[in-house]
Amino acid sequence: MILDIVLNGTRRTVEADPGESLMDLLRRLGFKSVKNGCDDGYCGACAVLLDGRAVNACLVFAGRAGGQRVDTVEGVGREGVLHPVQRAALDLGAIQCGFCTPGIVMTALDLIAHNPRPDEAEVRRALAGNYCRCTGYVKPVEAILAAAAEMREAPE
Amino acid sequence: MSDKFEVVGASERKVDGLALVTGRPVFAGDLDLPGTLHLALLASPHAHARIRHIDAGPAARLPGVALVLTHENTPTIRFTTAGQGYPEPSPYDARMFDPKVRFVGDRVAVVAAESRRIAAEALGLIAVDYEVLPPVLSLDAALAPGAPVVHDEADAEGIWDAAHNLAAAVDIAVGDAPAAFADCAAVVETTCETQYAQHAPVETHICQSYLDDNGRLVLHTSTQVPFHLRRIIARILDLPIRRIREVKPRIGGGFGVKQEVLVEDACALVTMRTGRPARWEYTRPEEFVSARTRHPFRIRVKVGAKADGVLHAVEMDATQNTGAYGTHALTVLSNAGSKTLPLYNKAPHLRFAGRSVYTNLPVGGAYRGYGGTQASFPLETALDQLAERLGLDPIELRRRNHIRTGETSPIFAELGEGREGVPMTIKSCAIPECLTAGMEAFGWAQKRSRTRDTGPIRRGVGMSLHMQGSGIPLIDMGAATIKMNDDGSFHLLVGATDLGTGSDTILSQIAAEVLGVGLDRIVVYSSDTDFTPFDTGAYASSTTYVTGKAVERAALEVAEQIRRVGAAMLKADAAGLALGDGRVTAADGRSVTLAEVCTRAYYGADQFQIGATASCVPEESPPPFLASFAEVAVDVETGQVRLLDYVAAVDCGTPINPRMAEGQVEGAVANGIGYALTEEYLFTAGGKVRNADLSRYKIPGTLDLPPIRVILVDSYEPTGPMGAKSIAEIGINGPAPSIANAIYHAVGLRLTRTPFTPERVWRALREAGIS
Repeated sequence: MILDIVLNGTRRTVEADPGESLMDLLRRLGFKSVKNGCDDGYCGACAVLLDGRAVNACLVFAGRAGGQRVDTVEGVGREGVLHPVQRAALDLGAIQCGFCTPGIVMTALDLIAHNPRPDEAEVRRALAGNYCRCTGYVKPVEAILAAAAEMREAPE
Repeated sequence: MSDKFEVVGASERKVDGLALVTGRPVFAGDLDLPGTLHLALLASPHAHARIRHIDAGPAARLPGVALVLTHENTPTIRFTTAGQGYPEPSPYDARMFDPKVRFVGDRVAVVAAESRRIAAEALGLIAVDYEVLPPVLSLDAALAPGAPVVHDEADAEGIWDAAHNLAAAVDIAVGDAPAAFADCAAVVETTCETQYAQHAPVETHICQSYLDDNGRLVLHTSTQVPFHLRRIIARILDLPIRRIREVKPRIGGGFGVKQEVLVEDACALVTMRTGRPARWEYTRPEEFVSARTRHPFRIRVKVGAKADGVLHAVEMDATQNTGAYGTHALTVLSNAGSKTLPLYNKAPHLRFAGRSVYTNLPVGGAYRGYGGTQASFPLETALDQLAERLGLDPIELRRRNHIRTGETSPIFAELGEGREGVPMTIKSCAIPECLTAGMEAFGWAQKRSRTRDTGPIRRGVGMSLHMQGSGIPLIDMGAATIKMNDDGSFHLLVGATDLGTGSDTILSQIAAEVLGVGLDRIVVYSSDTDFTPFDTGAYASSTTYVTGKAVERAALEVAEQIRRVGAAMLKADAAGLALGDGRVTAADGRSVTLAEVCTRAYYGADQFQIGATASCVPEESPPPFLASFAEVAVDVETGQVRLLDYVAAVDCGTPINPRMAEGQVEGAVANGIGYALTEEYLFTAGGKVRNADLSRYKIPGTLDLPPIRVILVDSYEPTGPMGAKSIAEIGINGPAPSIANAIYHAVGLRLTRTPFTPERVWRALREAGIS
């Protein structure tokens, strides 16, 4: 099937198998930040934004993304122009192995877009579906709170 | 102590952090190789069976299938999947594919096909005729007289007593513990059991292999042990070591499970046979069942103290379930004693006896904590009981008994890694500071003396004390190469393996510190057997202490060479030159930049490459220490244990990067909380894992954890690089015993089986008549 997707801000026409997950499609297209941790919807490593909301891409059929906006961490920031969430993650030691990091960043973007003033409990609730086995979540939560505060002070 | 450093002691950004946070394709599975064959596993449905006949023909003829590997067409050499130093202390009891299967999930066949879908379809076409054998599915069944024998093959090597299902055994005694209990004022004995648990790295095992332009085999794989892996693959496939290049890119967590050779052998064989790239990635259920686990243990601990609260005799008897293969069996068993007993060195009478038992269940392996986690639970709960018996605060009992700077324990010399140990005198021990800082931050005195809750939800607090090691003395080795560039920067090449732990960053910080430059002047490249020097790998909390020392030595040699060149340029005495701020400066203030120094070495007089390689084989293994504190609320109506607060006060020597060091403890504690409260394999009556997914095997998420507060106390280890010891493992040992002791404080119930699930606690409460 042929799909029109706005991928990280660029409109693209892509071919997908009817049974293909959005995770497999994105990885096949080279968006390797979308990680396969369980292929089962539990770990959150494949989280991307579908029309601005975080979804587990392994649970979404690729066809479902037709005509929609899909954002992965590749489109969020790069060296020199990092997103505040990325910068805070680096500065506050929120990254260990980094395998879950793209999913956590995308989930955090969804959270902050809809709730610019999250408290710790809200950050923890938002990240409830993102497993991280390395950090114990202490520093990722700190980083998201710090990034949200920074974004309130200096909106993009 | 870290004030005297510039780069060490600073919470620098991870050197690989930018790539990770921007989603660069840096993991083993992110490589796209044209023409790749995808591997899929046919796993045994039986716990114990002999393959009478296997017909791979229909699968092999399916269009798109390149190869089917079975025991009929693969090397028959026996080896251990444990990636340990050579010769490995684990028995050679595994084959690539064995005509006998020993657990549900054991390898039967592997298909290599053009796509994952075709490979999966082909699995269904392999016909296997099994002679099903009676399995042994518990320690007692395996140890019973006349029990079925798990390893009856004639060609296994290094099994302690195969006929009795014993993979390994240990027995050491100091003094006469059994007799000494008679002289004690108080004696406590407890027997605890621990469960099967999973490492659950978010990235499963993944290997991609291909032949390079010269026909050499390249393995791009998620491993903790690149050099051991290369050696083991060379032996299995009968290839010269020089023909194999093993590359570890970024990897998505390991925690010990990637100290095993599980997918690389089949990938390599497919590539060697077909000439094509091959890729094998475990699914999450395969990671649970066919990878490795934490060895379950049954441990009896007996402790006796004199009336003054000083321990007089300690006895530990450990029975370990190693599952179907003896990977890390002997060493995890030994570490159950060696990573716990030295902590309480006041007792003159010690006994540690243990045995590792084969069963037809999933395979034990290395897992963060490595026996120390399992044995801490009975030992620290026994001490809690002893404190109560003696009328002492649990902290006071520890204070009267813990090891101190300048002291030793006979265990260090008696109990090593599959052989005798190495004697050691403790040179840094901040246990008193850990206890004080931890109890103050936690509010121990106030919470401990609080009036007992009487409603259905009852709070309690508990603590425990722990040690680990820093590498394996006289066995581990780390090496580092540093070479200088003409802009005054340096390449740091290390065989050490960053699993996400941050070792690339920490080792760079050590090099930068010695060379007097900022971290941005160090370009680190690690874990590539073609380009980096040897390293035993990332396990046993070794990298900071062992490889860090090698880096420090290499950097000191390079600094000396820089001084020599600088001396010629400045016409000054080399000994009087100082390195710092990217310059070489003479006593009179004249200086040259490092760029000028290297440019002269490259192009000017007496040209040579400024560079050095240095190694470290540690002579001792200084333990880090942890004082652990937990507060729980137990619901006596439902058995639910909620963790309200957790404090970990750690002595890791100098933290090279404090935030990363805290992160190691926070992550280890979170993993330990899962082990204490929710994580456990459930089995069917036939020995099949019932909950091999992240929904039914519950690892902690953000909502399952209390505030975890980590305190790094001031400490300096004189034998370590810049005063550092290790920190990677110790944090995982605290939660189970601290929580168990807190539950006792809350409701008066002594739990002897982990994890403390609501059902298990509820049943125990009912049995004890607590409501």
